[in-house]
Amino acid sequence: MTDAIPEFKRGEATQVGITGAALASGMGATTRKETAIILAVAVIVIGGLEAVLWWYDVPQYILPRPSLIAAALIKEFPLILPHLGYTMVSLLSGFTIGALTGMVLAAVVTQYPLVEKVITPYILVLVTTPMLALVPLLILRFGFGYTPRIIAVALAVGPMVMINAATGFRRTDSAKIALARSYGATTLQIFWKIRAPMALPMILVGLMIGAIFGLLTTVGAEMVGGGFGLGNRLTTYSSMINMPEFFAVILLLSVIGILIYVIFFLIGKKWAGWET
Amino acid sequence: MGASLMVAKLAVRDAGKRYGDLEALKGCSFDVADKTIVSIVGPSGCGKTTLLWSMSGLHSLTSGEVDLDDQPITGPRPEIGLVFQEANLLPWRNLMDNILFPFEVKGQKPDMGWITHLMDRVGLTGFEKRMPRELSGGMQQRGSIVRALSLRPQVLLMDEPFGALDAFTREEMNRLVEEIWLETRTTIVFITHSIEEAIFLSDRVIVLTKRPGRVHADYAVNLPRPRSLEAMASREVFDLMNRIKADIYGMSATLPKAAE
Repeated sequence: MTDAIPEFKRGEATQVGITGAALASGMGATTRKETAIILAVAVIVIGGLEAVLWWYDVPQYILPRPSLIAAALIKEFPLILPHLGYTMVSLLSGFTIGALTGMVLAAVVTQYPLVEKVITPYILVLVTTPMLALVPLLILRFGFGYTPRIIAVALAVGPMVMINAATGFRRTDSAKIALARSYGATTLQIFWKIRAPMALPMILVGLMIGAIFGLLTTVGAEMVGGGFGLGNRLTTYSSMINMPEFFAVILLLSVIGILIYVIFFLIGKKWAGWET
Repeated sequence: MGASLMVAKLAVRDAGKRYGDLEALKGCSFDVADKTIVSIVGPSGCGKTTLLWSMSGLHSLTSGEVDLDDQPITGPRPEIGLVFQEANLLPWRNLMDNILFPFEVKGQKPDMGWITHLMDRVGLTGFEKRMPRELSGGMQQRGSIVRALSLRPQVLLMDEPFGALDAFTREEMNRLVEEIWLETRTTIVFITHSIEEAIFLSDRVIVLTKRPGRVHADYAVNLPRPRSLEAMASREVFDLMNRIKADIYGMSATLPKAAE
């Protein structure tokens, strides 16, 4: 029998509420009228940009007109597509390795407060140091292929996921654990039926931030070295002053970023909606 | 009332509990007769919750023991159901999944007939798919009572279950507990801050001393059930209420000012 004094505090609900709200902001239910306004503003912004750039005859190497970017995207798309694939391979592999490692470490480490205290400073160093800085070193050791990129991405994602997941796993509500134990739940059952669902909202926040950091690191690593990937396209196009193509690639990167956000928003709505 | 002639379902024997320097319970002893309701009241921090958690087998005692049917309790027991402060529903599960949670943990097939009956009894039919946050505090606590009763426990331990509810909902819940008791005759140990609630529900009210908690007084409440408003407004109840109040206030008066 364990012996903690029962506490009936409401975890860190408010803290998570804020991140939950961040996840949900701008994604609420929209009426048809609101949709129309949003679309109208988008048309005015893009059209206005087009008009201003055209009127003042802004040179392409400063900022190409939206229509030129769109044309470049369509024309160059078959050439860019494989690079999009390479980038996704690096991102997804690195993300998967980092996220799994981060989650498992968080789950294990939070069971042992001392171990957690000892390793947290190192994890913080890993979170705050841009992993991009390691890429030249990794390239020296592993060459110009996928390996240095995947390692860098995993190093960027893992600690970010771990630190958020650990916060989640630390939100132990002793009343809920006592409830499970009163029905004779095993440690494993308590983990899967109480701790994991309680940690899930924070884990999702960690995964989303981790994925965004992963994208950043992927593109950065591709810019540093190697002949493939969207980051490599950016350096290539800019060195040739092909600015419409350059911005077309940036557009694709934004789309990936937005997709990451939307995917985690939807997962959060489905599996962590109870929090908000 | 002759409770001592009845079979003791639960027996607290010389219970002592210490958290480091803090002595929560010391030499606490009493019996709970089978098929009765016993309330425990006492000044704040007198170890009521500690006592209840020890009775549930979730906490160990430093000394003494709690017996269920003359067998010492050493861990959670299927015969004992628990109702917590606040409803303690799992917020990520809908009401029915919360009620089925004990069966899931135990790997048992739920008795759906009994659960449906209980849901109907407490007026939750039609709310099975609602998430806890969509239910009022009273409804949540009714759900947690159904969850505790779903396994047909012989003993129900209730830890200030209605403390967070408004006065009207609270009275409603008290009537519900009495009704359920009249139907199931489950032995109930009820912890509360409300003397009125304790008298309304109980066959016996036990008053604990301030920390370290032990039995200060033990009053029988011999009122016919179901208990009517008139009976609750009787001279007898009024006197009892005042005696219990005097017990608790008397203890508080001896507390140093700083501890107020």
